[in-house]
Amino acid sequence: MSSRLLKLSAAALLGSVLFASAPAFAEAVLHRGNAGEPQTLDQAQTSINIEAFILKDLYEGLTIYDAAGKIIPGAAESWTLSDDGVTYTFKLRENAKWSDGTPVTAQDFEFSFKRVEDPKTAAKYANILYPIKNAEAINNGKAEIATLGVKAVDDKTLEVTLERPTPFFLELLAHQTALPVSKASVEKNGADFVKPGTMVSNGAFKLVSHVPNDSLVVEKNEHHWDAANTKLDKVIFYPIDDQAASVRRFEAKEMDLVFNFSADQIERLRGSYKDQVHVSPTLATYYYVFDGSQAPYDDVRVRNALSMAVDRDFLAKEIYSGSQIPAYSLVPPGMATYGEPSKASFAEMSQLDREDKALELMKEAGYGEGGKPLEIEIRYNTNPNHERVATAVADMWKNTFNAKVTMTNLDVSSHYAYLQEGGKFNVARAGWVADYADAENFLALNLSTNKTFNYGKYNNPEFDALMKKSYEEENPEARSKLLHEAEALLSRDQPVAPLLTQADLWLVSNRVSGWEDNAANEHLSRFLSVSE
Amino acid sequence: MLAFVLRRLASAVPTLFIVVTISFFLMRFAPGGPFNLERPLPPATMENIMRTYQLDQPLWRQYVTYITNAVQGDFGPSYIYKDNSVAELIGKGLPYSMELGLYALLLALIGGVTLGTIAALRQNSLLDFSIMSLATVGTTIPNFVVGPVLTLIFAIVLSMLPAGGWGDGSLRFLLLPMIALALPQLAVFARLTRGSMIEALHADHIRTARAYGLPPRIVVITHAMRGALLPVVSYLAPCAAALMTGSAVVETIFTIPGIGRYFVLGALNRDYTLVMGTVVLIAIFVIVFNLVVDLIYGLLDPRVRHD
Amino acid sequence: MTDIVTNPAPTQPENPDTKSRSLFQLAALRFRRNKAAMAGCVMMVLIALFSYIGPFFVPHSYDQVYSSYVSVGPSLEPRPDEASLEDAMRGVATRARVNLDEFNVEGQAFTATLSAESPIDPRATRYFDRANEFNNTQVVATENDGRVLKVEGNVSREYFFFGTDPNGRDMLARVMLGGQISIAVGLLASLVSLGIGVLYGATSGYLGGRVDNVMMRFVEILYSLPFVFLVVVLVVFFGRSFILIFLVIGAVEWLDMARIVRGQTLALKRREFVGAAQALGLSDWQIIRRHIIPNTIGPVIVFVTVVVPKVILLESFLSFLGLGVQAPLTSWGALISEGASNIQSAPWLLIFPAIFFVATLFSLNFIGDGLRDALDPKDR
Repeated sequence: MSSRLLKLSAAALLGSVLFASAPAFAEAVLHRGNAGEPQTLDQAQTSINIEAFILKDLYEGLTIYDAAGKIIPGAAESWTLSDDGVTYTFKLRENAKWSDGTPVTAQDFEFSFKRVEDPKTAAKYANILYPIKNAEAINNGKAEIATLGVKAVDDKTLEVTLERPTPFFLELLAHQTALPVSKASVEKNGADFVKPGTMVSNGAFKLVSHVPNDSLVVEKNEHHWDAANTKLDKVIFYPIDDQAASVRRFEAKEMDLVFNFSADQIERLRGSYKDQVHVSPTLATYYYVFDGSQAPYDDVRVRNALSMAVDRDFLAKEIYSGSQIPAYSLVPPGMATYGEPSKASFAEMSQLDREDKALELMKEAGYGEGGKPLEIEIRYNTNPNHERVATAVADMWKNTFNAKVTMTNLDVSSHYAYLQEGGKFNVARAGWVADYADAENFLALNLSTNKTFNYGKYNNPEFDALMKKSYEEENPEARSKLLHEAEALLSRDQPVAPLLTQADLWLVSNRVSGWEDNAANEHLSRFLSVSE
Repeated sequence: MLAFVLRRLASAVPTLFIVVTISFFLMRFAPGGPFNLERPLPPATMENIMRTYQLDQPLWRQYVTYITNAVQGDFGPSYIYKDNSVAELIGKGLPYSMELGLYALLLALIGGVTLGTIAALRQNSLLDFSIMSLATVGTTIPNFVVGPVLTLIFAIVLSMLPAGGWGDGSLRFLLLPMIALALPQLAVFARLTRGSMIEALHADHIRTARAYGLPPRIVVITHAMRGALLPVVSYLAPCAAALMTGSAVVETIFTIPGIGRYFVLGALNRDYTLVMGTVVLIAIFVIVFNLVVDLIYGLLDPRVRHD
Repeated sequence: MTDIVTNPAPTQPENPDTKSRSLFQLAALRFRRNKAAMAGCVMMVLIALFSYIGPFFVPHSYDQVYSSYVSVGPSLEPRPDEASLEDAMRGVATRARVNLDEFNVEGQAFTATLSAESPIDPRATRYFDRANEFNNTQVVATENDGRVLKVEGNVSREYFFFGTDPNGRDMLARVMLGGQISIAVGLLASLVSLGIGVLYGATSGYLGGRVDNVMMRFVEILYSLPFVFLVVVLVVFFGRSFILIFLVIGAVEWLDMARIVRGQTLALKRREFVGAAQALGLSDWQIIRRHIIPNTIGPVIVFVTVVVPKVILLESFLSFLGLGVQAPLTSWGALISEGASNIQSAPWLLIFPAIFFVATLFSLNFIGDGLRDALDPKDR
């Protein structure tokens, strides 16, 4: 019996290997690698970029990012801002429709925004819409939902009132949390409105099927107002979290786009695929934070010395194969509303001078050679790249200060739980990706009142005061100046040592046209097309 | 026999209960929770979420709620994959894992026993040596090496087979993951078979049978095989349970939409309900396969009686 | 095969002539005659020597970063080679923000002429010493108001027989360290699982009935426990110590062993010699120890040769999840999993640890087979 089974399976195997052939597609299909399984397709629950890529293809917010990463009108055709800077009036497109053919209304947006701020929804990114009047109070259960500053004036006119002028509000509206849901669908289907077959969306595509960890298929939405210009018939998202596996599937020509691959592959891939390898700097900073409540890290000289001794060029060039940029400021460069960030004083020094200065500072502080012994523990979350950075930094601190450096890594959940709950440490890795293109998003991490985000327990009243002023400042230039002053304090005190400005790595097949690298890392499929 | 099966199944209920209880509390000892992310949540948001998932209640109450719901077949929502309940996730993934696992098991079992028997019959020959060396290589090379090497050769260099995905579920797609999954187990089966087969061939009744001049093939298949398969059958239960509940490594490398990854992902992300769901599933598989194996034992060796 | 019953105590001499021929010595004799097994032993010893003694002969430590040699391939020639020296010097000059006008190498020494728009800080020589390629750089002449600098120094050559990893660490030293950890974890964890599993399985199978039922239910419960969580919790509570890792792995791996031994025991206990021993009035414990356990040795040893690689692989799976030995320590499993993701760009990261890994497991298998043949009491 066993041998017959063997023969049978061998025959079946041979047959399927020989006779299976790829079906010919007449339609334009984009095979889009997505770096992991989306955890949700609910705009109120979403929190990660791989969900954003899918959601923004399915839905269209009031504003959207174009192929170059600039804010352009989306579901809203135009808008006006009141003179006091707190009331936006959005005019929705007359021909904006849901995928079931019903019109997209201002009521849908009102419903969506209220849904996000409702404490019962427990939206992860509820704070994205906090600039809207009463949003924060509602989300914290201190005000009625009806008081939210969003009002549908008529079917196509939406009025949004803000707490205070917020220069980056249009950016926030392009975030996936601000995407609309169909009021009718959510009221009818409840939590199931996200399921294929049920989902009603207003973007260029509509959801067809979703097999977790295998594929998510979206098809062109004929009811989209700009459907005539959508060149793709179908987009298949492949949720592959194994970076090496997605590169292999790209090389086997099974995928046209790959988001995120291991930096040490860059050189080889550039050799084989040349300009199909895309590296685009993004608004994200990789940094080490010092625990300011612990000696010797409560000493500004020690923090500065340690920060200076890190050869960021080596990290960027050798560890990340040139795919990252040395960073000397917490706010990454390339922020349109902010301009050049306030870098640390040692940014312009050569690495040797930095090391001399670092030794000097360390000596003053009484540590290192001839002083108290320096024992440093670097904590990082488990990841090969983080381990390589930690290894290199450990070696630099060993060589420069003759310090004893140990490394400790924990899985991502334990690592951040420890930091967020105020655990004691020496030096820990952290990273921040901009939620919206504004310096405030980075600087607020160091407010002394920000118990969760401020891992290093940095407490500088002067800094807090400057930030407070910036929130009240309406003039964009004056506000930018205040933020720069605040950042200068950070750069002086080095509660965190910014190491690298991160870049997004993409593989874009030659089949794909319409691709533009951008710092916002926004790539709507509707602007892309494929050739056969 | 039936009474034996029923008794075993009845005794599985307390086993499951203990497993669920231990894992429930064990899990909560681990630091961090499902919502400790790289991007920390503001305290107010965190509170909203904890309330929604009833994680703000005392542990014992959460436990009682969980058990009450689980008994009614409700394993709760997944904390990470929020659009799905745990039952839905497992329901969607399990058929893929089981199908792939079953193929891999058949390949490993048939291939392993055949190779092991051949090696035993030609003990110490070149053939024996080659088979055993191959089997050793099979056990020694981890599947996170076999997987990428296979795809490199067959998908990228030769462009013969797909580099991953379930596709239409045809053997074209399943062949490489199946081999990667089966190889280490095939080698184990081969070694176990060879070892016990040699022993069985030296046993008195086999020598007697041979001395009577029975054809070697009959002796091997009808007499020696029975005894020789006992260790193989012992190993079958854990092996089948492991293969059919999916492999995190193989499923990740070949992007198979099975449930193998849920256990690891769930554990690392503290998706308590998802882990509990997979724990219950694995427990059921282990119990069922052990029962099956004990029944096979009875068939192979009349001296083992289920009384 | 009944001789075992007439030899109740293997070490007890029956008469002076056969004193030296105890069961154990017979087995040792047979084992020594097995060429494959002896080859395996020799191989194992060599690999152990390589891993444990080797580091004393390698000038690089396992955690030292050679920033000039990130991800360089394996080579028997010293690095840098002549061709890359000038590139290296050019790179250094760029970092020191000076121009390289002239560069010569003679044997172990080099001379270079540097120039710049403004006077060069003599400290610039430190840039040369910082690079792994050069040392003892000194200024020999200053010209043109310090705008031109002549320097000389030594070329420092390093051997990286196995290449370096993406951090610029010597793979040879790392493979040795990985061997130390992997061999130790593999052996210790297997011993732990062997000890628990054999005792447990034999007891359960021999006693049978309700005891067997309860004991096996316990095994089933443990089987179904979330191993990853168990390890996460233990690691967090007790820190990521090496001892903990092999204890945890051993404590999980004994389950298979217990099942196999129990299966064997179920069959054995119906055999005549066990009945005879019972008739002789031996206690249960004596029968388990003298008759059951020795007769399960064949499958058990075969299984141990399976467990050792499994343990070593399991350890690598843990490392992969970040729960293995703490970096910068490493193990073969961790090195291999790192190498597997770099197959195309840096194959040596996979090849060298894999060679040692496979060779070790091969040797262990041959030793296991040899032991099985030698210890089999029926094969006399």
